Amino acid sequence: MIVQGLAFYLFAFIAVAAAVMVISARNPVHSVLFLILTFFNAAALFVLMGAEFLAMILIVVYVGAVAVMFLFVVMMLDINFAELRQGFLQYLPIGGLVGLVLLAELLIILGGWTFAPEAAMGGSAPAPAPETVSNTDALGQLIYTHYFYLFQASGLVLLIAMIGAIVLTHRRRPGVRRQNIGDQLRRHPDESVEVRKVETGRGI
Amino acid sequence: MGFMDRAAQTVFLSELVAGMGLTLRYMFRSKVTINYPYEKGPLSPRFRGEHVLRRYPNGEERCIACKLCEAVCPAQAITIEAEPREDGSRRTTRYDIDMVKCIYCGFCQEACPVDAIVEGPNFEFATETREELLYDKDKLLANGDRWEIEIAANLSAEAPYR
Amino acid sequence: MIELWDGYVWPTIWIVIKIVLIVGPLLLAVAYLTYAERKVIAAMHLRKGPNVVGPFGLLQPMADGLKLFLKETILPSRANRVVFLIGPMVTFLLSLIAWAVIPFGEGLVLADINVGILYLFAISSLGVYGVIMAGWASNSKYAFLGALRSAAQMVSYEVSMGFVMITVLLCVGSLNVTEIVLAQQGPWGMFGWFWSPLFPMAVIFFISTLAETNRHPFDLPEAEAELVAGFNVEYSAMPFALFYLGEYANMILMAAMTSILFLGGWLPPFDIAPFTWIPGPIWFALKIATCLFVFLWVRATFPRYRYDQLMRLGWKVFLPVSLAAVVIVSGVLIAFDLAPGTS
Repeated sequence: MIVQGLAFYLFAFIAVAAAVMVISARNPVHSVLFLILTFFNAAALFVLMGAEFLAMILIVVYVGAVAVMFLFVVMMLDINFAELRQGFLQYLPIGGLVGLVLLAELLIILGGWTFAPEAAMGGSAPAPAPETVSNTDALGQLIYTHYFYLFQASGLVLLIAMIGAIVLTHRRRPGVRRQNIGDQLRRHPDESVEVRKVETGRGI
Repeated sequence: MGFMDRAAQTVFLSELVAGMGLTLRYMFRSKVTINYPYEKGPLSPRFRGEHVLRRYPNGEERCIACKLCEAVCPAQAITIEAEPREDGSRRTTRYDIDMVKCIYCGFCQEACPVDAIVEGPNFEFATETREELLYDKDKLLANGDRWEIEIAANLSAEAPYR
Repeated sequence: MIELWDGYVWPTIWIVIKIVLIVGPLLLAVAYLTYAERKVIAAMHLRKGPNVVGPFGLLQPMADGLKLFLKETILPSRANRVVFLIGPMVTFLLSLIAWAVIPFGEGLVLADINVGILYLFAISSLGVYGVIMAGWASNSKYAFLGALRSAAQMVSYEVSMGFVMITVLLCVGSLNVTEIVLAQQGPWGMFGWFWSPLFPMAVIFFISTLAETNRHPFDLPEAEAELVAGFNVEYSAMPFALFYLGEYANMILMAAMTSILFLGGWLPPFDIAPFTWIPGPIWFALKIATCLFVFLWVRATFPRYRYDQLMRLGWKVFLPVSLAAVVIVSGVLIAFDLAPGTS
């Protein structure tokens, strides 16, 4: 157990340190890279907890796809960060105030929060006992069997968001010439080339 | 070709497979590589390689310092200085070719009335420094001695067309 | 003391030995893959390929490696040094750590984890970072364009690769790599491997692996004719060698994944006498070699895709087809009651 403990503290420490670096790094690309390091360590913590499926999905989805897009966007940005930081002190009082209010609210809510007694029972569909099934199975049963409709509904929400984004940004430009690969492949020498005998001095 | 045929072609990637079949067939053909430093391709008698200055069979150098080659050289790579020798015959005291400037057009060879300057069949005269490519008369004459047999054969093969 | 030795020290040493046993031959295979690539492509061009260093040029990869090792590492002056050097390391490391879950035979696997195939997928999806970091940190336009291309390309093809993997997983009912191979064992021999029931998926998977490893005809990140060498223009000596090794190790890894998912891993083609005499790891190596040969063959045959065509193929052809395949395969499995592990 000592090794697991050491591993936990190592990963947890790196995760927190990297998270701090995300907001304190001067270069935004470095921030994103530290964010990726944080994701990684979070995945390692999942593995330590025995939730290897979640760990892998975290890496595939967040590190492999989402963070790549972040990096993609941030690399293309051309922002003068010295200029952005100029107003830092000017906005510090009001920003700090807002932050304090949020912190106080969170503390009040957390302080007065207790788990509902029935929540501990696991609700209407208790998670399967970890001893009997692998956690991949357990997640599958919860998402695709017990809470199938809720899961589909959340999927629909995402679909609508995607369609919305496409509708908002899509514009139809007239007169754009597009390549139609099917048409190109369908061409045949017999119908696209015509050989004619041209008499001298006549032309076609 | 019907719609179904085309669809089948697209789905089964038949054109890609045909292309790959072609490259696979080529893989087993005999190679055309000439294993260069050990094997060399044939050269035409007209090949224009490294320059040489030739001698007559009795050892007398052919060049009479007429400077036609210097005049015709489009890259102005040739520099000639001439003086009468002790026996009164007109000879060069200096015959330099800047091989870096030379464009290997063969005009010097065409212009020469005595077949003294000739571009030989040697093309492997790369050097490690630039200075080594500034040929002087000694170097050119030495080249001539070394390549005389090949050059004489090339010139006689070319003689009917001149 | 004994407890410490038995509990921690000896297992660690044993794991290190196993890692060396995997990585050593892997690096040798990478070296000779470069040699094989040059030879195969030369043969298809009717050339001879390397034949000077050693008999048949067999020592050529060693000579190349030595050359890269002895050269000077150049750091561009405006480059972001740390990220610049981390990039090749990431590429190389990722191509090696994925081998932890690859089974070379029944039980011959370093870490037989439950979510092996997801682990492989996760590692292959991380491969893009080495390229992006290199491209960005080089502070060069060619490198940056290469990195952008590669980021978009690898992310796009990962999606369809994931769906293809899901069709296989539906037939297996497990994420464990060993079980994926064992699920292909059956009376039909090589025709029971997943390539035959899932043939179109196998083709899509293979083409996606070409795109994922930035191989021809999808080598846009390093398109020599347009981007000089793409993301690795600014690299020299050892960092470049790491990229090179990582790229080729990735090729071998992808070939191994194709073998495991569709070509029955270490299983012999037929479960009868002459085939079963040959041990599993050799069959596995043969299958990997076959896949790699096709990689090289494709490189020698096809011209490079244009970028918009590449994106079109990924998003408008492979994604819908593989998505449809997931639906069809699961539908068929349920309809004919073939789904494994129904509980």
